[in-house]
Amino acid sequence: MRYNERELLCLARQPAEKAAEILMRVPKKGSVLKKRLVKLVVNFLFYFRTDEAEPIGALLLEHCRITKEEENVFSISFIEEPERKYCFECDSEEQCQEWIEALKRASYEFMRRSLIFYRNEIQKMTGKDPLEQYGISEEARFQLGTRKQ
Amino acid sequence: MKLNERSVAHYATCDSPADHTGFLRQRVERHHHHAHHATSYQRRWFVLKGNLLFYFEERESREPMGLVVLEGCTVELCEAAEEFAFAIRFDDAGAKACVLVADGQAAMEAWVKALSRASFDYMRLVVRELEKQLEEACKSLAACRKSPRRSSSGRKRHLSNPALGPVPEKPAVLENGYCTWGSSGEPGGTPCPERDGGYSKPPPLPPRRRSAGGSAAASPAPGPALAWQESPVSPETACFSKLHNWYGQEIAVLRREWLERQRRGNL
Repeated sequence: MRYNERELLCLARQPAEKAAEILMRVPKKGSVLKKRLVKLVVNFLFYFRTDEAEPIGALLLEHCRITKEEENVFSISFIEEPERKYCFECDSEEQCQEWIEALKRASYEFMRRSLIFYRNEIQKMTGKDPLEQYGISEEARFQLGTRKQ
Repeated sequence: MKLNERSVAHYATCDSPADHTGFLRQRVERHHHHAHHATSYQRRWFVLKGNLLFYFEERESREPMGLVVLEGCTVELCEAAEEFAFAIRFDDAGAKACVLVADGQAAMEAWVKALSRASFDYMRLVVRELEKQLEEACKSLAACRKSPRRSSSGRKRHLSNPALGPVPEKPAVLENGYCTWGSSGEPGGTPCPERDGGYSKPPPLPPRRRSAGGSAAASPAPGPALAWQESPVSPETACFSKLHNWYGQEIAVLRREWLERQRRGNL
């Protein structure tokens, strides 16, 4: 599958919502925990060797599951392959929880659900559609209750 | 750079709803070894999901051929040899624009609109704006509640979305005019807004109004004299439609009470 790698690399250089050096293990046979610079930008998680400017890889965070594993450890896996886990070992339980929360909210789909929720609530409370003033009420991505998740 | 391609491809083809789909012709440059370019347009099936634009060789293809990540880009109409052409241009200098051609004017406009609002950042902006509006709507309603039992804490459950910071847990004694509408007036003692002619002056204080933060057994002691002169105008009620709705609720409640009293023959 082709993709605009150049733009992804550019995105990886943008200010991150969250970044830290964390031990990471990829779901490949025989792989071990390695220290990586992990950076969350929009719905992508980039990971770098700690001394390099260009990421080794990127994970698109849609349709993924963030799971708390043992102490200080969480994993990311994807719906179609739940056993293939990317594992992350943090410095502390607190850091672990922070990352779990941040990653759970990092998908476009999550934001879409939030938006639809807020739109619905505001409409119930005030009787007005808050998106009307922006002229975007009819956009497919903002529709209430017609999407199955 | 590695990408979790299998998962990305799965996301492209799974049945989660797409934000826009359709056939587009994509400009393809082919470089020949004598450094001469051949430009052609390939018809492909495009699927927009969130900030990702996927394209497939055929509509029925099981796997995407490619993906365009739509962050840090602008979408514009473009002067190409083709009619109904538009381009996705990237902030990254030197990156080649992605030129696409629609089937007609309407299709082109729909795509340009859909693509220019596709970024994560844009979605985030709208979500934050709505979060704020929801908070304000909650505060407005909390101040309206006559019974302090039904304070804003009931609403907080809805707002305990991890995406939001904590909503301050405090009674709705706000700095705006609401809290001055204290526990003044007795039942029926204040002219009902319905019986009031017009709204030439700020509407009179609704009867039996208790401040949301006050105790449940607020005695009908006259509130501060201030209340009579002030209208509940504050930065939050600067929006007429909010104010209108707010009064509307008061009127609905008063009407019910008035009808109740009528039925009981208490007038």
